[in-house]
Amino acid sequence: MALTEIDPQERFDALIDHGAKIEPRDWMPDGYRQTMIRQIAQHAHSEVIGQQPEGNWLTRAPTLRRKAILIAKVQDEAGHGLYLYSAAETLGVSRDELNELLHTGRQKYSSIFNYPTLTWADIGAVGWLVDGAAITNQVMLTRTSFGPYSRAMVKICKEESFHQRQGYEIMLALVNGTESQKAMAQDALDRWWWPSISMFGPPDAESTHTEQSQKWKIKLETNDELRQKFVDMTVPQAEYLGLKMPDPDLAWNEERGHYDFGDIDWDDFWEVVKGNGPCNRERIAHKVKAWDDGAWVREAAMAHAHKQRLAEPSADASRKAE
Amino acid sequence: MSYDVPKIEGEEDPTFGNSTAGTGGYPLWEVFVRAQRGLSHVHAGSVHASDGEAATQAARDVYTRREEGVSIWVVRSSEIHATDPDDSGDWFDNPKIYRHPTFYEIPEEVGHM
Repeated sequence: MALTEIDPQERFDALIDHGAKIEPRDWMPDGYRQTMIRQIAQHAHSEVIGQQPEGNWLTRAPTLRRKAILIAKVQDEAGHGLYLYSAAETLGVSRDELNELLHTGRQKYSSIFNYPTLTWADIGAVGWLVDGAAITNQVMLTRTSFGPYSRAMVKICKEESFHQRQGYEIMLALVNGTESQKAMAQDALDRWWWPSISMFGPPDAESTHTEQSQKWKIKLETNDELRQKFVDMTVPQAEYLGLKMPDPDLAWNEERGHYDFGDIDWDDFWEVVKGNGPCNRERIAHKVKAWDDGAWVREAAMAHAHKQRLAEPSADASRKAE
Repeated sequence: MSYDVPKIEGEEDPTFGNSTAGTGGYPLWEVFVRAQRGLSHVHAGSVHASDGEAATQAARDVYTRREEGVSIWVVRSSEIHATDPDDSGDWFDNPKIYRHPTFYEIPEEVGHM
């Protein structure tokens, strides 16, 4: 029997069961396609909006070295957004649509980027904690079942490690500095710790689409498993810095072999998801403004390309492949 | 962190393919990067750009920020011809195992061949 006669759903299920990747032009259930578009797009939007809290400190980085590093990091975030948009587009959605969905609030981005970066220490905390949490999640996603998403994650993970290390280095410099610098580091940890661990998403018991995502091997570990992994990794790093975690219930549990931690304020989390965080409006307004301000550049570039084609039909091929 | 933002009550998935968004209308280009001399160009991803030159510049910024390449090709995505995954059986599932060296048994005494 030729493969073409196999029921497409059966073929899809068999590929998933065998741990094979699904590629863009394969038949896939509508639900899988929708879930993938939604998740990849939100991930892309998160990278793009994620430039803003850090971009806030580009002009005020304390040294030229820190400034060069921060520019490189912010540029990486833009790049990560583009790898992901490129992956989403293989599923039949256009970049214009994704932009529009972000600009009109119909697609979201990770709530962590709706918190402000008040001091330079926040840049350290964001790199150390937010990028650390991102790595925990994204390492899992390198094994996700959709090929283009998985490949984007591999590339992103390679680059993300620098982000976390530069953040931790900022924290190290501050805790070894003056009393007020150390206090600044502690303050940043106090403000970023809870949002960082809540960003793994609601507890498994209340997480509605985790089960289906696991069946499709989109998600290979649950929110709670990833959160625990991140807490276990991060607590010793905070101890090394000599900083105190803002959680009185945080304690090593010998029996479980993990750290126990206190209850997350899920009401606060949902408020931010719903659009009522400290910076939700500002982030989107800034993004829309940048897009609108760039309209004339896009128009001019297209007009130029058109003119070049008229003047010399082979202009596009002027730099031939070697 | 989970980028899989949970749905709020009453939130609906948007439908795709009916955008009214007007933009510059940059076409899509596929990007191929040669990692080093001696290797082929390999597909790296895609970029939107107004023309070929702008696409190579965008590709350099997006796909080679860490010395990943020494040469870039870009080609309009609409110019790519591809096989149909539904036909992949007819195209690729025709094993002729005698085309592989391991099909042949060579006596051990002959040594490595």
